[in-house]
Amino acid sequence: MDLRYSEAELAFRAELRAWLAEVLPTLPPKPDPDDWPARRAFDTGWQRLLFEAGYAGINWPTEVGGRGATLTEQLIYLEETTRAGAPYVGVNFVGLLHAGPTLMTEASDEQKAAHLPRILRGDEVWCQGFSEPGAGSDLAALSCRAELDGDEYVITGQKIWTSFAQVADYGELLVRTDPDAPKHKGITWLILPMDIPGIEIRPLQTIVGSTEFSEVFFDEARVPVANRVGAENDGWRIAMVTFSFERGTAFISDLVETDRMISDLVALAKKVTRRSATAWDDKALRREVGRMQADMDALWALTKRNLAQADRHGVPGPGGSVVKLYYSELLQRLTDLAMQILDRASLSRTDVAGLGSGAFVEERLRSTSFTIAAGTSQIQRNIVAERILGLPKDR
Amino acid sequence: MDFELSSDQQALAEGMRAFCDGRFAMATVRSLEDVGIERGLWRELAEMGVFSLRLPEGAGGVGLGWADAALAFEELGRALVPGPLVWTHLAAGLVPGAAEGTVVVTGTWRDEPTGVIPFAGIADAVVVLDDGGVWLVDGADLVVDPVALPLDPWTPCGVVQGQLPQGRQIGDAHAAAALRRGGAALVAAQLLGLAEASTDLSVAFARERVQFDRPIGTFQALKHLMADMLVRTEVARSAVYAAGVTLDDPEVGDADRAVAAAKVTATEAALGNAKTCIQVHGGMGYTWEVDAHLFFKRAYALAPEFGSVDDWSELLADLLDAAG
Repeated sequence: MDLRYSEAELAFRAELRAWLAEVLPTLPPKPDPDDWPARRAFDTGWQRLLFEAGYAGINWPTEVGGRGATLTEQLIYLEETTRAGAPYVGVNFVGLLHAGPTLMTEASDEQKAAHLPRILRGDEVWCQGFSEPGAGSDLAALSCRAELDGDEYVITGQKIWTSFAQVADYGELLVRTDPDAPKHKGITWLILPMDIPGIEIRPLQTIVGSTEFSEVFFDEARVPVANRVGAENDGWRIAMVTFSFERGTAFISDLVETDRMISDLVALAKKVTRRSATAWDDKALRREVGRMQADMDALWALTKRNLAQADRHGVPGPGGSVVKLYYSELLQRLTDLAMQILDRASLSRTDVAGLGSGAFVEERLRSTSFTIAAGTSQIQRNIVAERILGLPKDR
Repeated sequence: MDFELSSDQQALAEGMRAFCDGRFAMATVRSLEDVGIERGLWRELAEMGVFSLRLPEGAGGVGLGWADAALAFEELGRALVPGPLVWTHLAAGLVPGAAEGTVVVTGTWRDEPTGVIPFAGIADAVVVLDDGGVWLVDGADLVVDPVALPLDPWTPCGVVQGQLPQGRQIGDAHAAAALRRGGAALVAAQLLGLAEASTDLSVAFARERVQFDRPIGTFQALKHLMADMLVRTEVARSAVYAAGVTLDDPEVGDADRAVAAAKVTATEAALGNAKTCIQVHGGMGYTWEVDAHLFFKRAYALAPEFGSVDDWSELLADLLDAAG
């Protein structure tokens, strides 16, 4: 076991850090969170800068134009960009981390050539049409229909939780092509152009008030058969390939942010006065924060173990579900503690009395989604119990 | 960076597990109830290198590091091997006979307020840590009253009568701090082993035990309990291994901080998992014959060693305070 960075890794870090120091001050101000065209312009502008500097597709193989970085370099990349406050992947998320990797392994050469370079340059934005009102945790129960008519699929049905649908050029779409087959065997993966007739997008408002998710309705929307990736009815397998592309780096940015949030919480506790002392003078509170730091440091070490296992064995160890479960609950504990410290100051979502309180209140609201999105904590526990511990299935 | 066991480390862990399976099978451990230590088995532990693992080869040791020792102690914890293993390991090289297994060494810290010392009255010597250094008290110079009913029957204890003797100084303040840090890391490794073993015991039971016409491991209510056991174990394992690596190579991080994370997470994993193990076993978990209570009691017996969860959490808070 070795936690030392090699000379090459240290050089990679230094070079990236220097580049970030140079480029970040030149970025335009962050757009209003509800101004979707402005957000697209901002995020894709950042992607273009990454592309020109050779950092685009950090985890993509070099054959398709990516950086082909090692897992440790990816760790460093995510650590440095997050620490420096660089823009998050934003509207490029699905293209870079979901649809792109699927196309790489499953699409035809024409499909790859049409999309991969554009995703890397920030010219093309993707969204995801997987979940449906009746197919959440049970994704394979999806019922959005696609019927073949000549050389087109005619699509009718509904998708939900589609991020960035308002500004996406394409969507990765799972549709039911064989309603009579067992549920995993009748699904097809399509490249959906978002500008065709028969698509209606209705934004949902989250508990934070934000509008990144939409419902997407299809009323006989027509998609060319040429947009199908892989064989008809092989879409479930293709969708699963995407998940296996994840090599243990998914939560690195979140962990870096949370680590900083613990330090910010200490600063906050020192400013909040309770009777004659500050909250930070409360020994019980200090211990609780110390325990959270222990959990945080352990999660960081677990991430490094996961990367080492993925490097050696090609697939990440059990770590993915473990990190997600533990991290999401840690963040909720942390922000809950912040709410207790803030007391009445928590009634405002913007800063009160110079406390820097707004970020904690926002994060308390936002973090409720972390135990739900990308596999609820309950589904994650089933995965851990059945796939790692080998407990019998209930189905 | 490659935070995975090397092939040598893999072999060390496997060798130690095979040794424990052979020499400390549950029937053997059970036979040590109320005594904790059997001198012949203690010497076998010494021959296996448990105490001399980190001593230089020139001094009759194996010349390995803290990370390697953590792997060995994880297996000792898993097998519920009783005795003041960590104290004797730390005493190797400082107390003659400790490395060879001829002298059993236990220990305490001078400001411990109750006078309870595990294996006092049985061990040959007591190491005492305080802010001034490391001290050695001969077992014969200690007046102890045995604890009539120890929490963990495999961890008999004595209560020191009167003042703890000053003892003979065998290390300075720096050495005392290093022993406390290293001791905490190795106890954390033992706790990690307990957390693993109680998970395995629970899973095996839940796959076999049938109620409502199906194995109880089919029920999500139980699955989720056991999933949480694995999560706590893997989180703790990462922290324990990181502590070992950081003690060996201080340039990769702050050793106190790494040890604190290990002791906090491993204690919580061992206690949480042992408690859940009893729960998964239902009524049988409350019986003496099922092993679940052994993990529960040992976890509590090890939790205070070399600093509690509260002590190390406070240290982490102090480090955050100093950084901010």
